[in-house]
Amino acid sequence: MGEIADAISYIFDGANWSGDNGIGAYAIQQVLHTVTSLAIAMLIGLPIALLLGHRGKGGFLAVNLSNMGRAVPVFAVLIILSVGPIGSDELGPYGRAGLATLIALILFALPPIVTNAYVGIREVDRDVVEASRGMGMRGWQVFRRVELPLAMPVIMTGIRLALVQVWATATIAALVAGPGLGRIITRGFANERTYEVVAGAILVAVGALVLEGLTVLAERRVDPMRLARRQAA
Amino acid sequence: MTVLAEAVSTADTSDSCYTFVNNQWVCWQYWTDRQSELTDATVEHLWLTIASVALGLALAFPLALLARRFAWLESSIVGGTTIIYTIPSLAMFSILLPFTHVTATTVIIGLALYALTILVRNILAGLRAVPDDARESAVGLGYGPTRLLFRIELPLALPVIMAGLRVATVSTVALVTVGSILTYGGLGDLLLLGVDQDFKAQIFAASVLCIALAIVLDVVLVVVQRLLTPWTRAAGRA
Repeated sequence: MGEIADAISYIFDGANWSGDNGIGAYAIQQVLHTVTSLAIAMLIGLPIALLLGHRGKGGFLAVNLSNMGRAVPVFAVLIILSVGPIGSDELGPYGRAGLATLIALILFALPPIVTNAYVGIREVDRDVVEASRGMGMRGWQVFRRVELPLAMPVIMTGIRLALVQVWATATIAALVAGPGLGRIITRGFANERTYEVVAGAILVAVGALVLEGLTVLAERRVDPMRLARRQAA
Repeated sequence: MTVLAEAVSTADTSDSCYTFVNNQWVCWQYWTDRQSELTDATVEHLWLTIASVALGLALAFPLALLARRFAWLESSIVGGTTIIYTIPSLAMFSILLPFTHVTATTVIIGLALYALTILVRNILAGLRAVPDDARESAVGLGYGPTRLLFRIELPLALPVIMAGLRVATVSTVALVTVGSILTYGGLGDLLLLGVDQDFKAQIFAASVLCIALAIVLDVVLVVVQRLLTPWTRAAGRA
């Protein structure tokens, strides 16, 4: 248990936060990677998935994409990208192997985003969609005013899953000497300093829990049906 | 994809395609020369996966039954396992390190905890989906709680439980690779060595074997499920 106590005092020692190899710099890298790759994955994935969902086509592809994604080890993808075509050059604030890490993260954020957005739109009650068409709504209006609001909780769940997955994957980048808080863990292993390993792990885990908590809050705010439900209750 | 094409096009120009100079991704000679190494890593990967999922299942089953029996426990069991699931694998192994040290146990416990989350949810959902009619008929026929669970509820919940088992197994195969930080990563160990030595043939072979293992295990589970639930096929045909 002494190692846990040492790890906690390591985290609370301000000196360990400063400098290029400090907790602060690695944390910023990891947040940057998480935010950037999630944003890009949403920009690519959401329009396609929402369009397919609205048209009611391509579901087989979306769901299988997600299932296949689970079988592919993040670690292997990262290694193949960083050793292979992308390389592990420094990429500005994104650090060493920045581009390889970003691409791997985007690839792993896409399946939950695409699947949930597609399924969310598809699972909107068909009667409601029919009714809105009957009221004279056009395709775009049906999508914007009926399907999208009703599908919002499912879409947000996908984004939340992707966010946590991206954060977790960003940690693994350290195994290819890439960016992020995982570096504190690998550094601890390399120097046989268990307290440092544990300190890194605590930081990453706390980060994951904070992100999870933040997205639950965000989800509540953007769910347009929440107000309606509360008024109905 | 261009990389693969390049590697293939130059594969026949040299006698050894995995030397440091050639260093090609797709190199069949590597597969034959290092066959025993690849087999050992795959076998280690397989037993780490099976041990983790089995431990996860052994823990998930009583937890799911507890959550079903006591409503007040359900939110803490489901919530607690969800929190575990958000902890990244590298961090999970590291947090366990002071307790279980650099052993295969650390990897197995860590991965079992992930499998647990998926399995608890699916076991609960599966048991919930058992029709009340079936349950009442069994009770009317004089089935006690244990016999009801094992003879009626579990068989009917099996498709949902097996779906969870498939997801848990496939994700575990992928996650075992991260165990390489503790030198117990099965094919992941070859991946990590491959990065350090810039050994492309090894990285490619280990990645392919890892994905193949996931697919094979998934197919095995599908076959097992079909054998265990012959009535679902009959219903499908009708």
